[in-house]
Amino acid sequence: MATVQNFPFAAIMLYLAGGVTCCVLKPKASKVVCLLLNSLVTVLMFAVLLYTVRTGESYVYWMGHFPAPWGNEIRIGPLEALMGTAFPLIMTLTLLGGMEHIFEDVEPEKTNLYFTVVSLLMVAMLALIFTNDLFTAYVFVEINTIASCALVMLKYRSGRALVATTRYMMMSLLGSGLFLLGIVILYSITGHLLMEPMARKIRELFSTGNYAFPLTVTVGLFAVGMALKSALWPFSAWLPDAHSSATVSSSGILSGLVVKSYIILLLKIFYRVIGIDLVYSSGITNILFLFGFGAIVFGSFYALREKDIKRMLAYSSVAQIGYIYLGIGIGTSLGAKAACIQILVHAITKPLLFCTAGAFMSASGGSRRFENLRGAGRRDLLSGIAFTIGALSMIGIPLFAGFITKLHLTRSLFLFGTWKFWFGIAALVISTVLNTLYYLAAVSVLFQKVPGDSPPVERPSASLFYRCSVIIFSVLNLLYGIFSEPVTQIIQSGLSLFS
Amino acid sequence: MGSNLTSNYFEVTAVICFSIGFTMLFLNKNLIKKVIGFNFMDSSIFLFLASNGYITGRISPIITNGSVASENYINPIPAGLVLTGIVVSVSVSAFLLALTTRLYLRYHTLDLDEMIRLSRAEDD
Repeated sequence: MATVQNFPFAAIMLYLAGGVTCCVLKPKASKVVCLLLNSLVTVLMFAVLLYTVRTGESYVYWMGHFPAPWGNEIRIGPLEALMGTAFPLIMTLTLLGGMEHIFEDVEPEKTNLYFTVVSLLMVAMLALIFTNDLFTAYVFVEINTIASCALVMLKYRSGRALVATTRYMMMSLLGSGLFLLGIVILYSITGHLLMEPMARKIRELFSTGNYAFPLTVTVGLFAVGMALKSALWPFSAWLPDAHSSATVSSSGILSGLVVKSYIILLLKIFYRVIGIDLVYSSGITNILFLFGFGAIVFGSFYALREKDIKRMLAYSSVAQIGYIYLGIGIGTSLGAKAACIQILVHAITKPLLFCTAGAFMSASGGSRRFENLRGAGRRDLLSGIAFTIGALSMIGIPLFAGFITKLHLTRSLFLFGTWKFWFGIAALVISTVLNTLYYLAAVSVLFQKVPGDSPPVERPSASLFYRCSVIIFSVLNLLYGIFSEPVTQIIQSGLSLFS
Repeated sequence: MGSNLTSNYFEVTAVICFSIGFTMLFLNKNLIKKVIGFNFMDSSIFLFLASNGYITGRISPIITNGSVASENYINPIPAGLVLTGIVVSVSVSAFLLALTTRLYLRYHTLDLDEMIRLSRAEDD
């Protein structure tokens, strides 16, 4: 076994150790530990990515060196390694981009706990990406839930954040309850918890036609459970409050990464456990497709009505999650590819938008409402430009990352061509128009000339770290928009190894 | 279908309990009752698992009389899963109750709708 194959497991353990260390350190020290840890894991996972791309296949890592039916496993292929590299990278940049706000919003003597929670969240998300065992997935789904709720509620002095956390937690628990029931039913039918033996058994049952009804029920339970947790419309009522009332970095992390980890898990279950043929024949993909359609339309409409910049971005997340489910709902591997591309695109764009929104807020006396944000982009020019880049990417202008998603979604819709084609194209057209309306309105408010505007004052958010983070995010966005082909190749090869 | 319902009565009971807990967690406005509903929901899944692992006439897999033949023992894996599930559900309940305490101290109510209203009024 090559040394590099140990890195994914090492990454999880490093985060676990780092999280425990952070809770006894001083806030400043724990910040340094957490950032270094994230950078280190990014490098480690990049090495794994290079390794899996070079060998072109996936490998299974035995935890505790017990073979298949007994031991616990993690599995790493190109797609998992890609996500495993992207998540810590985006986490580092988001933390850097909102660092001042973390130190303002979190209770001073508890700031180190923020970094503990972030590390534990990374443990859970990486484990969800890598795991090859469904019950392990359940345990980490719950850890993910607790950690992400803690990220929202750590905003000090805000009753709104506490209430939002409660609503988020309740909806998440409903989702994980359904997910657990699905696992338990599947376990009682197949007698396995590891993904590969389970998939073999399910294919056997599928060909004989036994247990067709319980299998359909489990597919539905998994889909609804994960849809609740990843805020697919109509289950998305909790998202705008939870994502907008948290501190800036938390909003970026929750929108950009946390909801995606559940979707990746759902994709793995659909492709590696149940088999996409069975999912497709059960009709669940059609329902996900329609929900995705609803999410795109309603999310965009609500975002258009919103007068608060962070809530607007949160509603825009609802619409963007709709794209991911639209891709999954097509039910072909091209659709799944588009979904994975959208996961990455949204993960690099939305944290950028949230971080810049934080900068506008501190350049306008802490207000989030558009009427008070007039001219904020002029007062803080770098953030203004970065926000515009993010907005153009969300609209789907060529050269920016968001365009790549729309390109691949349209391509997969064309090749599929039934009623889904018309719905999908309609969704893309409606959302592009609405996105243009609300993002350009936001940009024009931000760059509005305010009569008698005082010269730019010294802003707290103009720190070097913030600037680096925003610039790197913008460059990543453009790079991905122009040279997307290698990443698409990796996603393609990763998905082909899934089945 | 009917005979399946009577022969798998443990599973049927578990799923009915699950639905009760689920509805309570989803629809009840009182936070404490929501926590109770959550525990009810998770416990019903533990019942499902535990009943799956039990095989009539066999004993728990602890070797006392020197026999290592697997035919004598029940399936221990569901018991392990139940244990893990209990740990998860305990920590989630603790988190929820801590959250409820914070909210009660702030708003002096346990009604979630009331809290949402109060927190919005506070913000404006």
